[in-house]
Amino acid sequence: MATTTLFTLHLCRFGQSFSKKLFSTSPSSDTLLNPHHVTFHHKLRRPNSSSVPAFFRRFSAVAAASTSGEANYDGIGTADEKYDVIVVGGGHAGCEAALASARLGARTLLLTLNIDRIAWQPCNPAVGGPAKSQLVHEVDALGGEIGKIADRCYLQKRVLNVSRGPAVRALRAQTDKREYAMQMKSVVESTPNLSIREAMVTDILLGKNDNVEGVCTFFGMKFYAPSVVLTTGTFMSGKIWVGRTSMPAGRAGESASHGLTENLQRLGFETDRLKTGTPARVDIRTVDFSGLEPQHGDKEVSWFSFDPDVHIEREQMCCYLTRTTGRTHQIIRDNLHETPTYGGWVEAKGPRYCPSIEDKIVRFQDKESHQIFLEPEGRSVPELYVQGFSTGLPERLQLPLLRTLPGLENCSMLRPAYAVEYDYLPAHQCARSLMTKKIQGLFFSGQINGTTGYEEAAAQGIISGINAARYADGKQLIVLERESSYIGTLIDDLVTKDLREPYRMLTSRSEHRLLLRSDNADSRLTPLAHEIGLIDDRRWKLYQEKQARISEEKKRLRSVRISGGDLAAEVSRVSGQPVRDSSTLESLLKKPHMQYGILDEHGFGNIELSRIEKECVEIDIKYEGFILRQQSQLQQMVTQQHRQLPEDLDYHMITTLSIEAREKLSKVRPQTIGQASRVGGVSPADITALLIVLEANRRKAQEQSRYKIMNAMRAKALEEEVPEVSCTETVSS
Amino acid sequence: MLRASEKPNAVMAHLPALRVLLRHINCLIPPPRTSMPALCTIRATCHFLLLSPKPRKLHATATSKGPENHALLLNRDERVARNVTPSDVVEKGSTIAAIVTSLGGPPAAVGIVRLSGPSAVSVAGRVFRPAKRSKNNDWKPTSHVVEYGVVLDSEGNVIDEVLAVPMLAPKSYTREDVVEIQCHGSEVCLRRVLRTCLEAGATLAQPGEFTLRAFLNGRLDLSQAENVGRLITAKSVAAADAALAGIQACLTRIWFDLILQCNKIWACGGFSSLVRSLRMQCIELLTEIEARLDFEDEMPPLDLNIIMDKIHSMSQDVESALEAENYDRLLQSGLQIAIVGRPNVGKSSLLNAWSKSERAIVTEIAGTTRDVIEASVSVNGIPITLLDTAGIRDTDDVVEKIGVERSEAVARGADLIIMTVSAVEGWTSEDTKLLERIQSAKSSTGSLIPVILAVNKIDCNPRAETDWDRGCQSHDIFSKRVFTCAVTGQGLQDLERAVLELVGLDAIPSGGRQWTVNQRQCEQLVRTKEALERLQSSIKEELPLDFWTIDLRDAALSLGQISGEDISEEVLSNIFGKFCIGK
Repeated sequence: MATTTLFTLHLCRFGQSFSKKLFSTSPSSDTLLNPHHVTFHHKLRRPNSSSVPAFFRRFSAVAAASTSGEANYDGIGTADEKYDVIVVGGGHAGCEAALASARLGARTLLLTLNIDRIAWQPCNPAVGGPAKSQLVHEVDALGGEIGKIADRCYLQKRVLNVSRGPAVRALRAQTDKREYAMQMKSVVESTPNLSIREAMVTDILLGKNDNVEGVCTFFGMKFYAPSVVLTTGTFMSGKIWVGRTSMPAGRAGESASHGLTENLQRLGFETDRLKTGTPARVDIRTVDFSGLEPQHGDKEVSWFSFDPDVHIEREQMCCYLTRTTGRTHQIIRDNLHETPTYGGWVEAKGPRYCPSIEDKIVRFQDKESHQIFLEPEGRSVPELYVQGFSTGLPERLQLPLLRTLPGLENCSMLRPAYAVEYDYLPAHQCARSLMTKKIQGLFFSGQINGTTGYEEAAAQGIISGINAARYADGKQLIVLERESSYIGTLIDDLVTKDLREPYRMLTSRSEHRLLLRSDNADSRLTPLAHEIGLIDDRRWKLYQEKQARISEEKKRLRSVRISGGDLAAEVSRVSGQPVRDSSTLESLLKKPHMQYGILDEHGFGNIELSRIEKECVEIDIKYEGFILRQQSQLQQMVTQQHRQLPEDLDYHMITTLSIEAREKLSKVRPQTIGQASRVGGVSPADITALLIVLEANRRKAQEQSRYKIMNAMRAKALEEEVPEVSCTETVSS
Repeated sequence: MLRASEKPNAVMAHLPALRVLLRHINCLIPPPRTSMPALCTIRATCHFLLLSPKPRKLHATATSKGPENHALLLNRDERVARNVTPSDVVEKGSTIAAIVTSLGGPPAAVGIVRLSGPSAVSVAGRVFRPAKRSKNNDWKPTSHVVEYGVVLDSEGNVIDEVLAVPMLAPKSYTREDVVEIQCHGSEVCLRRVLRTCLEAGATLAQPGEFTLRAFLNGRLDLSQAENVGRLITAKSVAAADAALAGIQACLTRIWFDLILQCNKIWACGGFSSLVRSLRMQCIELLTEIEARLDFEDEMPPLDLNIIMDKIHSMSQDVESALEAENYDRLLQSGLQIAIVGRPNVGKSSLLNAWSKSERAIVTEIAGTTRDVIEASVSVNGIPITLLDTAGIRDTDDVVEKIGVERSEAVARGADLIIMTVSAVEGWTSEDTKLLERIQSAKSSTGSLIPVILAVNKIDCNPRAETDWDRGCQSHDIFSKRVFTCAVTGQGLQDLERAVLELVGLDAIPSGGRQWTVNQRQCEQLVRTKEALERLQSSIKEELPLDFWTIDLRDAALSLGQISGEDISEEVLSNIFGKFCIGK
């Protein structure tokens, strides 16, 4: 135990001084004299003073709790049960969180209900798609795992929106769900600092200062850590429905987790229910694909990960398209009373972007047929995912319904479609670091925050993992601003907006998406990840070399000029615009329909560049004007938007705010002006009022401090001699 | 940054070492020995601006609780940052403009348009041409030195002779760069100058915004600021006026007698329905396009021609609205109103009473006015030329005959006709005849000139008001009917209101409020026009679909004056409402 203590202490100390170096902290009022000195004093102080930072308090609290427990077998096993970070849940959020935390050096424990279901894909085994692929690229740029696993386990890959602009180009991979889970599990199992344990967490253990101390399981085990990440997915009080029949379950065949919701409610958290569902699976061997339209993967495969080590091409599988028929519609119309929504026994409506087949048929009656996608779930599993065909109909009607689809006339059903209802915690209870506002050290990620999708889960997972480790280490937490990334946009939306359905990332949710592209996810986020320690030297070197090549190439294209010749002729043919003599290659690339490939064809390309790098160069040059304009619009806005709001601001006392704004702001407690402006019910006038209050408060504080200085100076004048160091000492003692 | 772009490889290789060194320097510099938070923030900012060798920065901000401190990641794409040269570094914050002298009262000799914000000088430079022109095209004013010159519109026409007073930050009212353009005091002048500034890139100031900026930038004391707060959040005009009185006690040059919730009044403005419909069209187009971006597989392909047609017709709408906009035209050319009627019904008295002058000779003798007499009045800022005409009758008097002909000619050319009759005599057959003559004049020009019936001398026959309806039921050609008395001035306000209603500027409160509301919509249309122009050039350059959404979003934003996030939400619910998507 003693060794752990020392180790943790050392880590804390290291973290503290390290973070001072990394981030220019603007010191808070009582420690502002000299950050360096203050750090020094902190190190030597004993953890009983009132101004001790939270991590010291926590540390002493943990030590006290473990020694005062009823059964204490000193030195035999208790030391093992203390960690820096505990992650509850082994889904896509949990895996990223645990990996990030362990990779940052925190001793991490992953608690999951079933080790065999780590990183399971209970719905469509696919990764990416519009907006979601950006999330995957960003998680990868931060050193996450989802992109690599998807690259390793793909069955089929396609780039969507190829011709619709660089910002909406999206990679989508159909993955092998068994292989995916196994690959992720083996990564999790082989990561140093990371332990796995099967357990059902029922209680959060609290310290004296509203801080988390650990978790308690159903069988009475206690695991201690200063940071706990909850990624409970659909398991908290989960209940699955098929037709009118329901049973408690997190997913079909897996028991739900009970007790945690009540515990969280007792701690003062607001909880609510959400509903989602998954369609039936059919046996691929009973489907006749001969008459169906095949959907092949891309010939030239693209990758989620920026790490070339996982860029290994494999054979692709085919997806197929079928359609609903008149018979399908007939069965549904005849049995509408048997569906939860139209039968009236479930009020909660599913997400708008994932309507059930009965919803589609009722709402769009003029459509005679709806597209249905048939997607394989693995190379070694016979299951076929029937995309676009989720239903709340009872099981006895599901097979007849499936058999109305062309190609599926003789199919056999492996799993019925079902819906799942689960508890979530409206995410306005989290800060943008994903730490809860109520309890220090407690983080939420994934479906517990009301999202849906593996990518959304992974994105939150990596942020909460990073922050859990940093919190345990006494470092500042990381926040990705809305404008920085899709991850930032996702989290900002979650903690600010009032969600009524599971949140799915969509391109239209991002106002500045031209700046948040897949191709520049690394140049936006990898430097940060490198600085905090998630990107190792190998990746960092690869990254720097890539950036250098891109930048060199852009310089080359600016300087090389051509006059006439084949290239000029081709360019003017392709673009329909004349090419002037002595045009730079850059100016050629800016012409409509002109692509880097044409430079290659005429020997003006740079053969040292990879396809991805050429694409980066092309985008940077072709859309330079737009990108710069967006950037400048963003900058104009950001200055004001990023102004911090004090955490203790009493909105009810600000009479210049509208009543609605006072209520909403008190509930959400936004961290910045920009976030406040996005809270529903807050008008521009309210924002102006807030700005005025901030400025007024600042002036008042300034007045007071001026007054204090005056007094201090007067006092100083009275005293005859004041030693040089006294000021520092006063502050630190 | 500069070095990095010149020698990326060399610099990159040394970066880590350099950074460590800089961090140490950073730690060694003793902070100033004060405890003023402001200073500390400035210091913190300076640190990373000056010492960070990389453009991307981790910005740490301290909040009250220890570990809840956040390292904020500003959006800096390293690839873009490498390209940006210092001159590209964008200015922060917008530049606002407004007329800061009072409007709506009697014309002053001089009026002032004020610009404030980081690009105040460059906006002013675009519209202002100093008399002593330097060879360099950029206007580089010396702070607090008045310059004489002219304001030009976008086509290079001189709008007004002005004095420009540059007051560079921080020595100005708002502590930003401020340029005040002193024009001639007529409202037409002021508004045209303001419009030119808006077209050159300034934004119309919100009510109280100069004062707000002054406060937020550290000027004014707290009590004044509270009044600003009240003004900004005032829910009614009366409340705004009350708050204004509070500020005016301390401050001069504030004319922001407006309320922020202009939206509520917009309903009655000239542009509002167009603005609404344009916004809806933008959202619809965004819905169509963005649905395809998010749900590619599930949507029928987009008919680009239809989209392009819609965009084209939208920009035409905007353009024609901006060109033919009633008010704008009126502001520039004014309004011509012909007062016609039989002899001796009190036309000249009406003109004198209205223009508060003795412009026309008034006698008891019928046919006193022989020629067309002009007088100028201003109704809600619109310059109006009143044209008193000879009484129209069949006459043998050669001089009077010419006068009558001129009267008819004037009536034909006027924007509006006030036909005056006498309440004492009631409607006569001559009046019917006269009306026919005017009507024939109308048909010859092909366009309908609105006619107001003014029943004058109402004081001599008060019963006429009730009797009148029976008298002239048939004459529904009159757009309006008012009862006036030129002697007492009774009914003149009704007359003004009738005139405003007829030119489409009804429901106008006093003092130019409505005008400002219109001006805001006008600005919205100007911004929309710019966005649509960019959009059309994107289409012309055959840029991918996603780029169209950028300018459509801009257009929708400028039409709605709400946040971008709201647009996203609106587009999304439209997508889900309209299309069958989702797997």
